[in-house]
Amino acid sequence: MEKQPTKRDKPWLMRTYSGHSSAKASNQLYRTNLAKGQTGLSVAFDLPTQTGYDSDHVLARGEVGKVGVPIGHIGDMETLFDQIPLAQMNTSMTINATAAWLLSLYVAVAERQGASQDQLQGTTQNDIIKEYLSRGTYIYPPEPSVRLITDVVCYTVKHIPKWNPTNICSYHLQEAGATPVQELAYALSTGITILDAVRDSGQVSVADFADVVGRISFFVNAGIRFVEECCKMRAFARMWDKITQERYGVEDEKMRRFRYGVQVNSLGLTESQPENNVQRIILEMLAVTLSKNARARAIQLPAWNEALGLPRPWDQQWALRMQQVLAFETDLLEYGDILAGSTVIEAKVQALIQGAEAEMERVREQGGMIPAIETGYVKRQLVTSHTERMRAIERGDLKIIGLNCFQQTEPSPLVGEGEGSIMKVDPRAEREQIERLQAFRTGRNQADVDAALAALADAAKSGDNIMPVSIRCAHAGVTTGEWGQALREAFGEYRPPTGIDISLHDSPSAAVQEVRDRVRHTGEELGRPLRILVGKPGLDGHSNGAEQIAVKARDVGFEIVYQGIRLTPQQIAKAALEEGVHLIGLSVLSGSHMELVEDITAELAKLGIPEIPVIVGGIIPVDDEKVLRNQGIAAVYTPKNIDMNAIMADMVDIIRASNGLKPYQQKAA
Amino acid sequence: MAARALPDPEMLANGVAARDRAALARSLNLLDDKRPEARRRAAHLLATLPADKLDRSGHLIGITGPPGAGKSSLTSALIQVWRQRNLSVGILAVDPSSPVSGGALLGDRLRMLAHDHDAEGGVFIRSLACRGEYGGLSAEVWPMSLAMLAAFDVVLIETVGVGQKEIDISKMSDTTCFVAQPASGDSIQFLKAGIMEVPHLLVVNKADMGTAARKTLTELRTTLKKQFDPDGWQVPALAVSATKGTGIDKLADTLESHRVWLVEHDLLATRRKRFQAEWILKRLREEFGRFGIERLGGEAGLFDELTRRHGSPFDQYDALRDRFLANWKT
Ligand code: B12
Ligand SMILES: Nc1nc2c(ncn2[C@@H]2O[C@H](COP(=O)(O)OP(=O)(O)OP(=O)(O)O)[C@@H](O)[C@H]2O)c(=O)[nH]1
Ligand SMILES: [Mg+2]
Repeated sequence: MEKQPTKRDKPWLMRTYSGHSSAKASNQLYRTNLAKGQTGLSVAFDLPTQTGYDSDHVLARGEVGKVGVPIGHIGDMETLFDQIPLAQMNTSMTINATAAWLLSLYVAVAERQGASQDQLQGTTQNDIIKEYLSRGTYIYPPEPSVRLITDVVCYTVKHIPKWNPTNICSYHLQEAGATPVQELAYALSTGITILDAVRDSGQVSVADFADVVGRISFFVNAGIRFVEECCKMRAFARMWDKITQERYGVEDEKMRRFRYGVQVNSLGLTESQPENNVQRIILEMLAVTLSKNARARAIQLPAWNEALGLPRPWDQQWALRMQQVLAFETDLLEYGDILAGSTVIEAKVQALIQGAEAEMERVREQGGMIPAIETGYVKRQLVTSHTERMRAIERGDLKIIGLNCFQQTEPSPLVGEGEGSIMKVDPRAEREQIERLQAFRTGRNQADVDAALAALADAAKSGDNIMPVSIRCAHAGVTTGEWGQALREAFGEYRPPTGIDISLHDSPSAAVQEVRDRVRHTGEELGRPLRILVGKPGLDGHSNGAEQIAVKARDVGFEIVYQGIRLTPQQIAKAALEEGVHLIGLSVLSGSHMELVEDITAELAKLGIPEIPVIVGGIIPVDDEKVLRNQGIAAVYTPKNIDMNAIMADMVDIIRASNGLKPYQQKAA
Repeated sequence: MAARALPDPEMLANGVAARDRAALARSLNLLDDKRPEARRRAAHLLATLPADKLDRSGHLIGITGPPGAGKSSLTSALIQVWRQRNLSVGILAVDPSSPVSGGALLGDRLRMLAHDHDAEGGVFIRSLACRGEYGGLSAEVWPMSLAMLAAFDVVLIETVGVGQKEIDISKMSDTTCFVAQPASGDSIQFLKAGIMEVPHLLVVNKADMGTAARKTLTELRTTLKKQFDPDGWQVPALAVSATKGTGIDKLADTLESHRVWLVEHDLLATRRKRFQAEWILKRLREEFGRFGIERLGGEAGLFDELTRRHGSPFDQYDALRDRFLANWKT
């Protein structure tokens, strides 16, 4: 008998998160990716663009075009979407503090292409709240940040109705150590904060409020415990449905739907035996696709070499093919919800909901997400969870294949020596971008620029929606740094609590005791307790490593100075001097380690303290490690160095060596 | 590699007096250093610092109050005002140590990052861990504040976030300022009951939070109506917002008026001598207990002796220590 062709569901949007070097290079990459069957674009911006600085700002040194594309003005944005018709494209932009600005540039380019605003489709991440907790590209204090989110939401609902104005993120919380319950609780509490703010802003009529709710989407994570993660997605859907109905009175079931995109977990992807990451990524993808009733709308996957550095086009192609195999070769999309009716799944979903509701209640008691962030409560919860995770890995209770078990391996043909297996951004990219920016500045009509910026400053103060005037700025040729600075002047800047002031309650292992002895005895030999500075130079927001090192260092008896992310080399050197530290530990994951380390060592020499030893940790390719060691850096650590006690013991010996003491000998019992 | 040589105390002293930042940093390291040779050099350093500065100039301010009241934020706001008034500022910020590991998180300077860009280098912040001391300070605070006084116009000590009962800081600063949380009935109760030592200045922070702060201020003012400190200074209460920057000028003025008052009443120099005597007595008590103090002539006698004589804290302490040990042997 002839088989009927089976009816298949439409697959999710498949994206690859990409962008680097320059608008031109990224445009080429996007066009190749689209030709390979990718169905939407996902733009990665470089850190200066994300934090509102021009490429020639001092803080941008080493960061231009590194982890994303630099967009300084409308000219860059036009180049980025050259020959990509925005009226037809679906573009996701990972942009937060400067989301209103990048969306304005996007709108302005679309207008120049002849598209109307209501044709535009896509997403601005625009969840500045989680930036304070994990992602680190905040600029302004919470109050104006919530206002910026609100303005984008209210503007798009009226003018760009197919746009997803904010993508509330739990993804980054998991990457900072959150448990599934914490992800649920904090992301949903953030959703409430944003919807409350939109409602209270008076910009949207009561009648249109359901449309706003319908446009809110989420950006979620899926870790390796894929059954639990699958349940988490189902819990999300149910909780959001309930919140939007009960708190906001949304009657239309469609408007209450939990719409989400996904990037699967990257925190658990390893530098050791990196080929194992492929299995991990695929299993994690199952979590967000198995349930038809809670399936992701869009998926982007990390690459197998995630922990080594930036992926090359081939690595990203492999990740895209994983999605395509699942969507087009397997029978997954032929069925209804295959988990419906499972009592096991249902029990787990209920447990997650209960846990999340209890945590949401704790947040509510503190006055909501913003106060709970300002006091450091939420961040401390995340740091605590991450610390527990690190300890479980260290103890071997949490098994990570190739990292803390089954370490023995054949040499991997995938990992060539250094250069071979990651993408390196051409070091000329930064200089060329600066030259283009400076040429652009001289070519624009300064009077238009000044008038637009003055109007922007007025709107910032008056409370008018920031979008219309930002679109005007975009057309006038205002730069990203100018837009960011105008609002810095109006709103001020902010640094959230670091959350590392947590208390640890467990009895220390013998290894920890041994390190404590080392630290104490060496302090006695040197006349005063050992002090270290953990520093995060540059625009890099990856704080996990620095936080874990700081928590650990305090736990073994160091006195530690840690002042959070985004410090200049001058600030770090100054603190090292004033605090009289024995050692400086830098943490850099954004790829700008060479420039920043050079600047810091120069600064230490200038202040007359070149003798303080410096160590560096983070994503440091092997080739760079050798160069750094030759420049006098005492040690380099990367994600494969998971034994924190060993790192601490090393630090003691580095301090000893620099003070003329012999390596520590454990005292005979 | 040879052990790193200890610095020359006289060179350091000259550097500190000239406000050379590297010299000050090394001096503070030396004052922290417990090795015998370092201790000798530290005593020499203190003895070489310009005595008039340590005895009677500058302003030594203590900021205390419960955890999270906003001591560091307020310090940062004050630094800004002082810098506008062209005063140089040294900060000693004390943080708690873990009783288990001895480790500490030196977190106060995080709130003072705005001053990293001070072009003239007029701000210097050193953090300290309390290292098991009670009372919100650490043993190093006194000698270090002397080095700071030699270099800066204003020296401010921020204590660990303490309960109301343990204000050791009032035994170590010209002007003690207590920062209260809005709606903190406790402070008022403690004041009324006489449990809390009366500071020179009470500040209700977070005034931006509205009614709670206003209410606390009114209550404090009523309670304080007839409060004088033992020297006869009437204690004022203010409301400020460290984060919004309101009331900070007034606070700086009030701190200054207390300093002027001390100078006019000829109290500044006598008080500083008392601080040093207190510090020495506390160290002796720790090392030799009550018994030791008795052997040395009793608290009152020692206090008298110490406030009459000159000398660096280390020299005075060592002299008494030697005396005790000599007596002990005979
Ligand atoms: C978690 C993570 C995030 C989280 C960060 C959360 C946080 N608050 O830290 C989130 C999701 C927010 C994030 C965002 C981004 N990320 Co990210 N992220 C990672 C990831 C997956 C893990 C890093 C991590 O936290 N590991 C856990 C900690 C404990 O390990 P660790 O930092 O390596 O520290 C260990 C050692 O390195 C060492 N160490 C580290 N520091 C120090 C310091 C001292 C003193 C010592 C002794 C030791 C030491 O000891 C630690 C213990 O083993 C890595 C890839 C990977 N698997 O490594 C990418 C990665 C670092 N991210 C990357 C990028 C590009 C970004 C973005 C910039 C993307 C973009 N364009 O927007 C953003 C923006 C972030 C920003 N503001 O800068 C790139 C960097 C590429 C490069 N260097 O060339 C990576 C390598 C991924 C990739 N392959 O593309 N990221
Ligand atoms: N609303 C408001 N918050 C403030 C004010 N001053 C400080 N805070 C907040 O209160 C918290 C604690 O501030 P800190 O300055 O660190 O307080 P602290 O007294 O130094 O804290 P410890 O040193 O840990 O005892 C932070 O979240 C500050 O942002 C203020 O004037 N208004
Ligand atoms: Mg403080």
